Amino acid sequence: MAKAKAQAQAAGVPTFYVTEDEHEHSGGSTMLGFWLYLMSDCLIFAVLFATYGVLGRNYAAGPSGADLFDLRLVAVNTAMLLFSSITYGFAMLAMDKGKQALMQRWLLITGLFGLAFLAIELYEFAHLIREGATPMRSAFLSSFFTLVGTHGLHVTFGLIWLTVLMVQVSKRGLIEANRRRLLCLSMFWHFLDVIWIGVFTFVYLMGVLK
Amino acid sequence: MTYPDWWKLIFGRFTLEAIPYHEPILIGTFAAVALGGLALVALVTRYKLWGYLWHEWFTSVDHKKIGIMYMILGVIMLLRGFADALMMRGQQAIAFAGNEGYLPPHHYDQIFTAHGVIMIFFVAMPFVTGLMNYVVPLQIGARDVAFPFLNNFSFWMTVGGAVLVMMSLFVGEFAKVGWLAYPPLSGAAYSPGVGMDYYLWALQIAGVGTTLSGVNLIATIVKMRAPGMDMMKMPVFTWTSLCTNVLIVATFPILAATLALLTLDRYVGTNFFTNDLGGNPMMYVNLIWIWGHPEVYILILPIFGVYSEVASTFCGKRLFGYASMVYATVVITILSYLVWLHHFFTMGSGASVNSFFGITTMIISIPTGAKIFNWLFTMYRGRIRFELPMLWLLAFMITFVIGGMTGVMLAVPPADFILHNSLFLIAHFHNVIIGGVVFGVFAGIAYWFPKAFGFKLDKFWGLLSFWFWVIGFYVAFMPLYILGLMGVTRRLSRFEDPSLQIWFVIAAVGAVLIALGILCFIIQIAVSIVRREPLRDTTGDPWDGRTLEWSTSSPPPAYNFAFTPIVHDLDAWADMKKRGYRRPLGGFKPIHMPRNTGAGVIIAGLATICGFALIWYIWWLAALTFVGVVATAIAHSFNYDRDFHIPADAVVREEEARSRQLGRA
Amino acid sequence: MSGSQSHVDPHAEQHGAHGDDHAPHGSLRGYVTGFLLSVVLTAIPFWLVMNDVLGNATLTAIVIMAFAAVQIVVHMVYFLHMNGRSEGGWNMMGLIFTIVIVVIVLAGSLWVMYHLNTNMMPDMHKM
Repeated sequence: MAKAKAQAQAAGVPTFYVTEDEHEHSGGSTMLGFWLYLMSDCLIFAVLFATYGVLGRNYAAGPSGADLFDLRLVAVNTAMLLFSSITYGFAMLAMDKGKQALMQRWLLITGLFGLAFLAIELYEFAHLIREGATPMRSAFLSSFFTLVGTHGLHVTFGLIWLTVLMVQVSKRGLIEANRRRLLCLSMFWHFLDVIWIGVFTFVYLMGVLK
Repeated sequence: MTYPDWWKLIFGRFTLEAIPYHEPILIGTFAAVALGGLALVALVTRYKLWGYLWHEWFTSVDHKKIGIMYMILGVIMLLRGFADALMMRGQQAIAFAGNEGYLPPHHYDQIFTAHGVIMIFFVAMPFVTGLMNYVVPLQIGARDVAFPFLNNFSFWMTVGGAVLVMMSLFVGEFAKVGWLAYPPLSGAAYSPGVGMDYYLWALQIAGVGTTLSGVNLIATIVKMRAPGMDMMKMPVFTWTSLCTNVLIVATFPILAATLALLTLDRYVGTNFFTNDLGGNPMMYVNLIWIWGHPEVYILILPIFGVYSEVASTFCGKRLFGYASMVYATVVITILSYLVWLHHFFTMGSGASVNSFFGITTMIISIPTGAKIFNWLFTMYRGRIRFELPMLWLLAFMITFVIGGMTGVMLAVPPADFILHNSLFLIAHFHNVIIGGVVFGVFAGIAYWFPKAFGFKLDKFWGLLSFWFWVIGFYVAFMPLYILGLMGVTRRLSRFEDPSLQIWFVIAAVGAVLIALGILCFIIQIAVSIVRREPLRDTTGDPWDGRTLEWSTSSPPPAYNFAFTPIVHDLDAWADMKKRGYRRPLGGFKPIHMPRNTGAGVIIAGLATICGFALIWYIWWLAALTFVGVVATAIAHSFNYDRDFHIPADAVVREEEARSRQLGRA
Repeated sequence: MSGSQSHVDPHAEQHGAHGDDHAPHGSLRGYVTGFLLSVVLTAIPFWLVMNDVLGNATLTAIVIMAFAAVQIVVHMVYFLHMNGRSEGGWNMMGLIFTIVIVVIVLAGSLWVMYHLNTNMMPDMHKM
């Protein structure tokens, strides 16, 4: 708008400043900024995947993926994360329609699926450690635990954030700042899904292939 | 002395022996620092400045103040890092033929590690980030960065890292492993002490700040440019800052992850980079250089931007080949990810890998060379004014080309097998970092100082500093090229062959000359503050500048621009001056600004204490402060009241003061 | 593509400050489609591996990696609402750049380390 006006006047002495004060929302850059943060997080995972790729077959005469991984458990775990994704999607649809109570319910369900995912993962880790397959046992296990554990840590922080946001929405309602935060968490949550696709394919499925 | 269990529970592995009473050099340093610190605290208290510092500076979200604080951090750490350099030069100049010198090996090893870490992470990075923070929003006609609170937080995280490195001087020790800490030497088996842990946590904490400030500046440049400033009308410094911050966001996570893996090796006993149970130390070297090579471009790209601004301003014409400059920068950004292996040609890759990375390394010198030609052609037929920034540019062009050519020599794998890890390499990277980054930082300081403080820097002391630096650089580093070609390797604390000594003595003389250069720089600042009235810049545009930062007052008001400028052409301010721009004198409106907050200082402070606790295995404190970090961050997120309006009459008052100042000029 | 439902501000770049009003949203149909696709794309690789359907490890690996790649795109489009227009194309630009760097880090590390191993540590492969 200002640009068009400026061009119209470019023939004579053009306008060099915006006279009507463009009233700025704070937070207009948040979505882009958060996306950039996610991209940087992506590179943390890239390093962990690369490390797993290089060291993932160094069993040091210890157990291999084929010995350790229980694919049925991983399938259940994957299902938990997928369900939590669609329920978060439903929460966002409810937010778009302004239905706060419905949205909170979907967020709660999302959180429960996330908790289930974490519980299963912790069960798996505990099981491995009990069998002597600790992170210290071999480079393979070091990189396995670190990659999967870092993803789990992200889910944990996602859950804390989810809880905080549910409190904030219940206190303040669906104000613009809260909507923006919910959209950021949405990106974060779906981003963790994308990482998990890499994890179950690259670590678990390919790990049990001979 | 053995310590009881309750001591270990409370203090971790900290013991009273960890305080280095037996090192006279350290005690002397500590006494000086403590006395200086006490004097400073006393002065601040005497003049009741704590409130002012806290409200106006520490908690400030103003990008200009944060930028200035980054520069101050850089200067302070430069003194520390350069003291290390002087000590090394002194040791190497005397430790010949049985003379042990004055530094025992364990101390010497800490010094060269600290020198590298400090100069890269806590001198060059704060300088570069400080310049970008101060200048970029002004150049794009914005009132602040995209995330002002995050900016303050990033700064204090960088300070937190610097504090940890400084603490290692007096509490415990620093790492003895070289600035990139290759395992297995840096692993738990060979470096069991706290030194490596200081290194890891200092870099990790500072790295968080750097990454977030990268995100912040990208978002700022992408979203907050003044109307009409499309990508190809952005000032070159803004362009190079954009590329630099892209590199930061895409590489510092790699550093963070790599250091985290090494941390796990040391703390948990995993086997990533050990020699046992399938670990592979070479993977660390591979990963750290995937970060490390782009890092040198993170340092030099914004400085290329500084030189470009300086060249066009002091030659009084548009930068030659603006578009090619932009494309060269973008090409360097991407190519910088394809050359990392040239740092370890000798590690045993075959011919195909080595030749691939050798060739990419030679290719990346092409866009860099193009830039040199652009500056040359900008000068050609320009009206050159030999002010300080311009002199730094000239010194840079000569010095950097020499450094670039020795770099191309190192890029040839067979030659690298001879030169690797030698003093030739040391001479090369100091040649490009001092000749490129440091000269550019001084050019940037001389160029933008009047904008930041409202008066120019004294030229006489600036000239002295300039000549000491330039001559000192050549005297200090040319001997190292010669020694490197003779096969002398880096990081040695004593030598057998007395015929080498003369070169080290010459190099030490060079270091003293550079020290005089630093001294003159500090005198220059002091003299300029004293003589600020004759040096006063009342116009806001002391150099006849070409970009938007010169269109506002010096120093700029908190809101930068009373009205957001509209950009019609490259070099917007030169265009405005040419086409009869008149400064608006009325119609001011309230201006929407972010509010200061102490949350950044608190979170970064807690994170620093957490790092300290982790270094010393004080687990309760680490857990407590970690919970504190998370809790403070959450509490801060409950604060929705983050901005305010500067009332219109305050803007009117500010702008009237500027009108009076302009009238007097 | 589901992205077509999201309305995009043609002046997104100049009026970036208002961009959050136009942040891309999904639709019920988009989410359900994405979910069903990802269930299928997850189930098939698990089935292939758990029942050793193809009988050839290399072939299976290639196939499941292809499935993973497709599923990542599905998630990007239906859940993260990626398209070339959000934030004036900067989101997509960031993503492409990141993918390039990720590929360099992964492929580069594997290539470099494999080479180091074959040249310096031939025993590694027997471990």
